Amino acid sequence: MTAIATGPVGRLELSWIIAVHQSRDVLRKRWVIAYAVGLIVAGDLMLRLAGSGPSVLVSLLNVVLLLIPLIALILGAASLYGASEFTELLLAQPIPRRSLFIGLYCGLTVPLATATALGLTLPFLFERALDATTVPTLAMLVVVSVMLVCVFTSLAFLVTISIRDRARGLGVAIMGWLGVAVLYDGLVLALASAFRDWPIERGMLAAMLLNPIDLARTILLIRLDAAALMGYTGALFRAAFGTTSGVALAALALCVWVAVPWWLSARAFDRRDF
Amino acid sequence: MIQLKEVVKSFGALPVLRGVNLVLTAGRVTAIVGPNAAGKSTLIRCILGLVRPTGGTITLADGRDVRLPASRASLGYMPQQPSFPDNLTGHEVLAMLDALRPDVVPDSTLLERFQIAEQLHKPVRTLSGGTRQKLSAVIAFRYRPSLLILDEPTAGLDPLAASVFKSAIVAARDAGATILLTTHVVAELSVLADDIAFLMDGVIPFAGPIGELLRETEAASLDEALVTLMQAPSASIPAATLQAVAVPRVRLQRGLHQ
Repeated sequence: MTAIATGPVGRLELSWIIAVHQSRDVLRKRWVIAYAVGLIVAGDLMLRLAGSGPSVLVSLLNVVLLLIPLIALILGAASLYGASEFTELLLAQPIPRRSLFIGLYCGLTVPLATATALGLTLPFLFERALDATTVPTLAMLVVVSVMLVCVFTSLAFLVTISIRDRARGLGVAIMGWLGVAVLYDGLVLALASAFRDWPIERGMLAAMLLNPIDLARTILLIRLDAAALMGYTGALFRAAFGTTSGVALAALALCVWVAVPWWLSARAFDRRDF
Repeated sequence: MIQLKEVVKSFGALPVLRGVNLVLTAGRVTAIVGPNAAGKSTLIRCILGLVRPTGGTITLADGRDVRLPASRASLGYMPQQPSFPDNLTGHEVLAMLDALRPDVVPDSTLLERFQIAEQLHKPVRTLSGGTRQKLSAVIAFRYRPSLLILDEPTAGLDPLAASVFKSAIVAARDAGATILLTTHVVAELSVLADDIAFLMDGVIPFAGPIGELLRETEAASLDEALVTLMQAPSASIPAATLQAVAVPRVRLQRGLHQ
């Protein structure tokens, strides 16, 4: 009998073992390396061409808001589908399902978060573009980006656990990405236009809370005080909550976005037939 | 020993296992055979804990549920299609699995016996299908399991590796392990299996030694006996008989062979 499988500390040890080895595998994947290098090259080019930290951060923000959901949700789901048979072998080992889930989740999320953080930070170090104005905003960009990685890897787990068929699951992931990253704001804008004579501000704020990408954008643009780039819901949000409490509320909502999909996918993993 | 009592599994409205009763005896090799879509994979997955039965129990000799994580410490499993993380080396895969069983000294002689020691420093993605199958076999036997579940184990193994594999099964059986395997290769059944559990339409109408199967079916060969079982109409296996069975040997129902 395996001694460490008993008690919460033992279970965390088991998760750690899985996470370390899975991270090693994920960090060696070509698409993860390409993602990190792509972010570094994009950031470096922007710094060379634009020349100043804050404007580059706004440009990077747009890249990040499209790219992170794409990488974490679609490539994360593809990676999880590819590992499904090995997951079954791990399920036949002396490890509780929840420990295995935590290990697999961390094994995918930590390397992606690391690649994201390095990809965003290294260009500023290479170009010596870190000053008192840039550092706090870059730090916030990194934190929010890591939170987005957590949200979308949770959603990738939820898709792969809930939908057995790989092609169908990846189709759902792609449609999900298109929905939240591309179509959602257009839909909100269309609704706002259609109901412009009605008091729809509360509805619009609720709509923003329902999209983690909108939340991330709002947090960063309020921080950057770039009202013109905030979009309709972002501008409403700042008007309703102000700068400090607005950031706090959006950050809290983003934390809920991290926790809820994680809990749903962990529960689905516990109950699923493999 | 492992005992399955009234194991039922349905996927939605589709019943796959309809009351499986079976006792797998320690020190014996039991082969689950049956036609395609009989429920063999589902039954194995129920024992492994990958699939939760809709009803019934699966217990070890001491009464523990076989699907508890601690019970799986004594389990060796070889899936039909081995798959490992592409970018890890064979050594890293083994190191991960070793770490999950810190108090077990792995059987390191298996690497030499299966002749894969020199391949293990390479990433798994560069290994051939046969080498992955050997790695899977090594993992199944590595922790000296008392319960071995082998799903089509020799598919993809070269003759030498298949021979080593068969001798490993015999050694494990002689050491008292309970071994469950599936295979469609009848020649393998004759060599490896002590008992046959015949699964059809989600129930086991016969479980017992091969000699007994030959007698009951009045067949000259195992091939012929299995064909006789597969051709028997499922309606001739009344559910009442199956429900009554909770003993190691499930007799072939009278009148089943024609």
